[in-house]
Amino acid sequence: MLMGLVWTAMIVVSILFGCINGAALQVQQAALDGAAAAVELCLGIGGAVCLWCAVMELMRASGLADALSRALRPALGRLFPESAKNESVMQPLSANVSANLLGLGNAATPMGIRASQEMARLGSPGVASNELCRLVVLNTASIQLLPTTVAAIRAAEGAAAPFDILPAVWISSAGSVLAGLLAAAVMERLL
Amino acid sequence: MSILLELAVPLILAAVGIHAAISGADIFPALCRGAAQGLITLKDMLPTLIVLFPAVHMLRASGALDELSALLAPVMACIGVPAETVPLALLRPLSGGAATAAAADIIKSCGVDSLAGRTVAVMIGSSETTFYVIAVYFGAAKIKNTRHAIPAALLADLAVFLLSARVCRMLWG
Repeated sequence: MLMGLVWTAMIVVSILFGCINGAALQVQQAALDGAAAAVELCLGIGGAVCLWCAVMELMRASGLADALSRALRPALGRLFPESAKNESVMQPLSANVSANLLGLGNAATPMGIRASQEMARLGSPGVASNELCRLVVLNTASIQLLPTTVAAIRAAEGAAAPFDILPAVWISSAGSVLAGLLAAAVMERLL
Repeated sequence: MSILLELAVPLILAAVGIHAAISGADIFPALCRGAAQGLITLKDMLPTLIVLFPAVHMLRASGALDELSALLAPVMACIGVPAETVPLALLRPLSGGAATAAAADIIKSCGVDSLAGRTVAVMIGSSETTFYVIAVYFGAAKIKNTRHAIPAALLADLAVFLLSARVCRMLWG
């Protein structure tokens, strides 16, 4: 619903500013380039996504996924009380949170998607439950302990200590997770 | 420490494989089954991305973001946010690739250990491509009514932007 409105607004604003800035042709080209970029991205991350799904399935078969979800249940149970009762949600959810903490974005995405599909199955169809919104906010705010990509850029640019930004990253990502969850907690009561 | 970081992925693969071998799981069929599920996950993601990306690319090509950031930069400078970081903050929720490129650009032009250079690094490191995550998660779960997820996620993005500017100022300003 809202996503559709955002999408339409983006298109309309692009056309308006494209005309004002004399970039109409570029805007038209960008529409087709964007669609191509979506397919390229999917192919680009496809191998990693499938590899991590393979790891996840092996963890499930060997009982490691169950152990991980049991280990994280005390912490995650507070944020996701409904999902914590359901093993089919808890396993991908715990894997998603662990992958995020390790900075493994390509692993976090497929597991987060699996968790969101399982959560959607628990709630009423087509409507995001409070816990599903919380999962999305948690992933958009990204709790990362090791931001490896940005450290690589800093190293390439000759930073004396590429990882010296870590404490600042921890503070601001923890703060944003907190702000997002608080906002969600307030809004879930109002909306 | 650094060798552990470099070998993080192979070490995870090894740990999962060894645990599975000890617990007697049928390793190879499980891996192949999981990889096949990965293809289904990709199939669930792709339609959403094909719809979302043209809008993002059009918005970037139209120059609307540049004009908005030129408008916001003086306001942000008043509250102590480096003006150079504003375009990045607007780009960050929309496109991961474009935001990383913009950050690399700012780091190059302002200096890697300058306040602006550090601030953009912290911004990129502590945030995600919000619209991508929202679109992919809700698209795959077939959610039509996203309720408060989008405003809450955008508030978190605003918090990252303001907090990283503030923290960097305190540490290196």
